[in-house]
Amino acid sequence: MGLTVTEKIIANKANLATVTPGQIVEASVDVAFIHDNNGPITLKQFSRLPRTQVWDPSKVHFILDHHSPATTHRAAQHHQNIREFAFKYGIKVWEVGRGVSHPVMAEEGYARPGRLMVGTDSHTVGLGTFGCLATGIGSTEMAGVLATGKIWLQVPETIKIVLNGHLPFGVSAKDVALLLLKHFGPFFLNYMAVEMEGDLLQDLSVEERMAITIMGLEMGVKNAVMPVDDTVLNYLRTDETRETVYTADNDARYASILNFDVGQLEPMVATPGLPTNGVTVGEVEGTKINQATLGSCSGAFYHDLLQAAEIVKGKKVHPQVRFVIVPNTSRVVTRAAQTGVLATLLEAGAIISSPSCGTCAGYEVGCLAPGEVCISTTTRNMEGRMGPGGKIYLASARTVAASALTGYITDPRNHLGGDAHGS
Amino acid sequence: MTTEIKGKVFCFGDDIDTGQIIPGSYVVLTDPYELASHVFEDVAPEFRSQVEQGDIIVAGKNFGTGSSREHAPKAIKYAGISAVIAKSFSRIFYRNAINIGLLAIVLPEADKISKADRLTILLEQGKIRNHTKGEEYNFALPPQIMLDIFNAGGIIPYTLNVLKTRC
Repeated sequence: MGLTVTEKIIANKANLATVTPGQIVEASVDVAFIHDNNGPITLKQFSRLPRTQVWDPSKVHFILDHHSPATTHRAAQHHQNIREFAFKYGIKVWEVGRGVSHPVMAEEGYARPGRLMVGTDSHTVGLGTFGCLATGIGSTEMAGVLATGKIWLQVPETIKIVLNGHLPFGVSAKDVALLLLKHFGPFFLNYMAVEMEGDLLQDLSVEERMAITIMGLEMGVKNAVMPVDDTVLNYLRTDETRETVYTADNDARYASILNFDVGQLEPMVATPGLPTNGVTVGEVEGTKINQATLGSCSGAFYHDLLQAAEIVKGKKVHPQVRFVIVPNTSRVVTRAAQTGVLATLLEAGAIISSPSCGTCAGYEVGCLAPGEVCISTTTRNMEGRMGPGGKIYLASARTVAASALTGYITDPRNHLGGDAHGS
Repeated sequence: MTTEIKGKVFCFGDDIDTGQIIPGSYVVLTDPYELASHVFEDVAPEFRSQVEQGDIIVAGKNFGTGSSREHAPKAIKYAGISAVIAKSFSRIFYRNAINIGLLAIVLPEADKISKADRLTILLEQGKIRNHTKGEEYNFALPPQIMLDIFNAGGIIPYTLNVLKTRC
């Protein structure tokens, strides 16, 4: 029986010739990264392992991204503790302002084909875009990884998702993510590995692909992998001969294979409660908003800022709307400054915050009051996520930007130049 | 070895996410008892005053979905909860719970259990007795490695044992 990509990576990292779903193995970790939200507990738990060294400091990274720059006195203390721990063991710290952990790992070239990566961020799964096995773990488990460099894994079943067709005008990768979430629901893919492929991917940048794989977590996936093609290799400034690239065997076993055609996809909106509550934008158009947000690992890449800028260029944000933008890395800010995207957004009335997880989880940036409504490119919209009683609709950067202008949820296709529904 | 866990039940529905268990604004806290003082604060404010040491949470599908924050199972454990029984768990929450020594049991027929029912969990036998309803439910034991981690008291004592064996 052939193997899927995920099975091949696990077998390799567990030093086994083959593995089967359900099997439990001990696997060697290639990269472990820890953010400032879960890091403090990791440090505390690691201190319970007396006279223990970090297994390989060169494979460990700290990223100060959730409360960045320190948003409270307590966060400042956590940052100081992390810096001291990192200095003691010779571990790299990606400082406040650098950005969200997994997009930073991508930009810095640590997410590479064939690797086993664990991060304390649940959305670590997005790094599977690079053909590696990347998954999120908790703080205490991470303390164990720091001590041993190993983690136990149950080999997941793999499901294949084939994304065919080309995105219509005004429709984004984020809309594809919301479509998949609507289809599978919050739990259907729990514990499962997902392999995504299809001709749509050739149209998408690495970051747009990450917008999809990151959101895979919201349907429960253990990991999501995409093919290592020229787009990925060029992004990493490498070639296939220098990487461990796995492809699935022809007779690999899949729990199921599902095909999606995105050729007729409309802009999607997830209504408050769960990211899987997807509807087409038309079904909620007209809903009044108080805030519009571009933010999070999956919704504040350069392409998100660019797409928003194309919509708000020369216009003004609605006077009763706060348009809050929290870019996901410092490179996104630099690039947006160089290309004029930042100026366009600022002239329209947007507020630009420091790169961080910021508003996505209501971490002291862009919170909502009870009864307020926000449309956002962030990852989650559970009850109270941006503040008790606040309501969150999830959508693409284009839909968020168009809504910021009008003050209500708006179909972005009517705010783009030319024939709104044509090419 | 027999592990018996007894307690009265608190019920929760489907898709309870870690942000509802412990809101994001408290995630800067690391003291488990301080975390516990805010557990379910927004969604079930009465929980804190009613829970007693040893009580059991029974929930629907996908308990603990969302953020990887371990503060969620910690807040539950240090509020006095001895076990969470759910129709299913979100992956990271399930690992986190066992890793910190909070028992997490998958029971597809969890909806037969009601608020305030008195339960006894017989872990090694994979049985739950519902004394209030006079019913018994069987559950599949978690993989051996999870039982080993739980029985060691969590992944830190477990890792200590592993490190000792390697020396």
